[in-house]
Amino acid sequence: MNEILIDARKLTKVYDLIAEKIYAVRDIDLEVRSGDFIAVMGPSGSGKTTLLDSLGCLTTINAGSLTVMGKDVSRAKESALVSMRRRFLGFVFQDFLLIPTLTAIENVLLPLLFARIPQDRKKAARLLERVGLAKRINHLPKELSGGEKQRVAIARALIASPKVLFGDEPTGNLDSKTSQEIFDIFADLNKNDNLTIVLTTHNPALGSQTKKLIFLKDGRIMPH
Amino acid sequence: MRSFSVAYKNLSKKKIRTSLTIAGVAVAVAVLVSLFGFDAGYQQSLNSDIDKLGYHLLVTAKGCPYEAATLMLKGGGGLRYMEDDVYKRIVKDPRIDKITPQLVSSVYNQQGGPEGQGAFALYMGIESSYLDLKPWSKFKSGGWFSSPDADEAIMGYEAAEVEQRSVGDQVFIPNVNKVLTVRGIFERTGTQDDGVIFMPLAAAQRIFGLPGKLTGIGIKLKNIQQIADFEEDLYNEPGIQVVSLAQVRGTILNLVASARAMANSIALIAIFIAVIGVTNTILMSVFERTREIGVMKALGASAGDIFKIIWLETILICIFGGLSGAILAAAGSSLIEHIIRSILPYAPSGKLVLIKPGLLLNAFLATLIMGIAAGTYPALRASRMKPVEAIRSGE
Repeated sequence: MNEILIDARKLTKVYDLIAEKIYAVRDIDLEVRSGDFIAVMGPSGSGKTTLLDSLGCLTTINAGSLTVMGKDVSRAKESALVSMRRRFLGFVFQDFLLIPTLTAIENVLLPLLFARIPQDRKKAARLLERVGLAKRINHLPKELSGGEKQRVAIARALIASPKVLFGDEPTGNLDSKTSQEIFDIFADLNKNDNLTIVLTTHNPALGSQTKKLIFLKDGRIMPH
Repeated sequence: MRSFSVAYKNLSKKKIRTSLTIAGVAVAVAVLVSLFGFDAGYQQSLNSDIDKLGYHLLVTAKGCPYEAATLMLKGGGGLRYMEDDVYKRIVKDPRIDKITPQLVSSVYNQQGGPEGQGAFALYMGIESSYLDLKPWSKFKSGGWFSSPDADEAIMGYEAAEVEQRSVGDQVFIPNVNKVLTVRGIFERTGTQDDGVIFMPLAAAQRIFGLPGKLTGIGIKLKNIQQIADFEEDLYNEPGIQVVSLAQVRGTILNLVASARAMANSIALIAIFIAVIGVTNTILMSVFERTREIGVMKALGASAGDIFKIIWLETILICIFGGLSGAILAAAGSSLIEHIIRSILPYAPSGKLVLIKPGLLLNAFLATLIMGIAAGTYPALRASRMKPVEAIRSGE
């Protein structure tokens, strides 16, 4: 069996609104092992994004336990979560979320600044080449298409050599052809680099190409 | 990528907004530097004007002290006369180091003035003791009068330039129809003396029909601390008043004090507005970039990293604003000087707006502190954003 990178037990995240408490995810038991390629699917509001945010140390959890890379982060403070994100986790978002004032390669280099790792332009260029953007490294995000932006975002997520790559609807804003191309990059990273990937998607055709599928409904994992 | 580049690129991509904010800071700094420069320059020029009088005290005929102050500094205008036996009584006082009597008269010359529109020429009757009180007055050419009653003139540097006279030439005094022969010309002193035509005291009294009259007596005491006592003793002399340097300085500084207070308040308001302007601009920029800040946090930025980037942006704006403001103030100081001169009731002869490197450095440091203050709140707001909430805020 492969090493457990992320271990969630009874993971629960509640949004405490004035009128009511909303259980975004509830009692989730999930293991993410090295080399996994997991797709989280489910209707809108089912808790996919919240689950991803929790596993990715982007937010704190309310109940249950969460261990990431052997460290219990269930009650961790923001500073400890920052450290986990820097060292072990990479993120790709539906809206790409590139910094508009920085060029493609500068966007890719940005996480190294925060991780206090020396700027490695060669590595950044290599990653951009790997995602098929070798010729556009000095372009600003506004000069790139949606698919190209997402390629930059993937390269950016990879620059600090994460252990787990998270994708929150990474193909949600792309046409079906581009979606498949972007998905293929994830699949390739999983297959050839043994990179652990967890992504959410609405697209069953893409979900079915992963190694493991999880269905969420009302914040709980559904058997399938 | 460095935090500095991230901050700098964000500013440089929003050119209009950044330039306007920098301009706001620059104007505030320029106003501040000019006003402090004026403060320093005015006091220095006034002190130098007063020091160059060479007197500790000026005895004049009784009248308005403001008029006396003007008389002291400008050497003429609004003249009243006293009898020269006052001089004869005072001169024996053992506390006096140097003393000189003088008779000032101004004569209107219809052909005078730079464009021939008419001007007052200032004549001053003096004795050789005058030079004892003004040791820096040197002859550019020629020398002292041939006798104490000669129809001769020694011209101040500017008076000689304007009238284009040299030693041996003649000077005509209109109204009294008298001709004087130029015996000497003084070097430039940078004081009001430069514009005066000097003549022997006795000749002046005779020519202007004022026998036994004086307009002032300049006195330098052996010990400056005796001024108060000396002044006190002179109160008993009828028909005269004593104006001391301290009084003149005080009188004139009082005249400009209210203008200074007003100007300093304007400077403070300008700085306050600039700080609010910078804070507002940066805060707006932080709110606009909420999702960017969220994603930076997701990519591993700590609260400190975000704080640093936003703070750097503010400080960069203030550094550029401070530099432009300093340059603006240094370049525009002569214009400011011109404006101030046209407003003030009395302006000393030296440089009114004195901008030294130290002042520029202080202004620059003040701008830096301003940047730090203005940037703190927006930077704190940004650094405290939670990644998930920030990323999803625009969805």
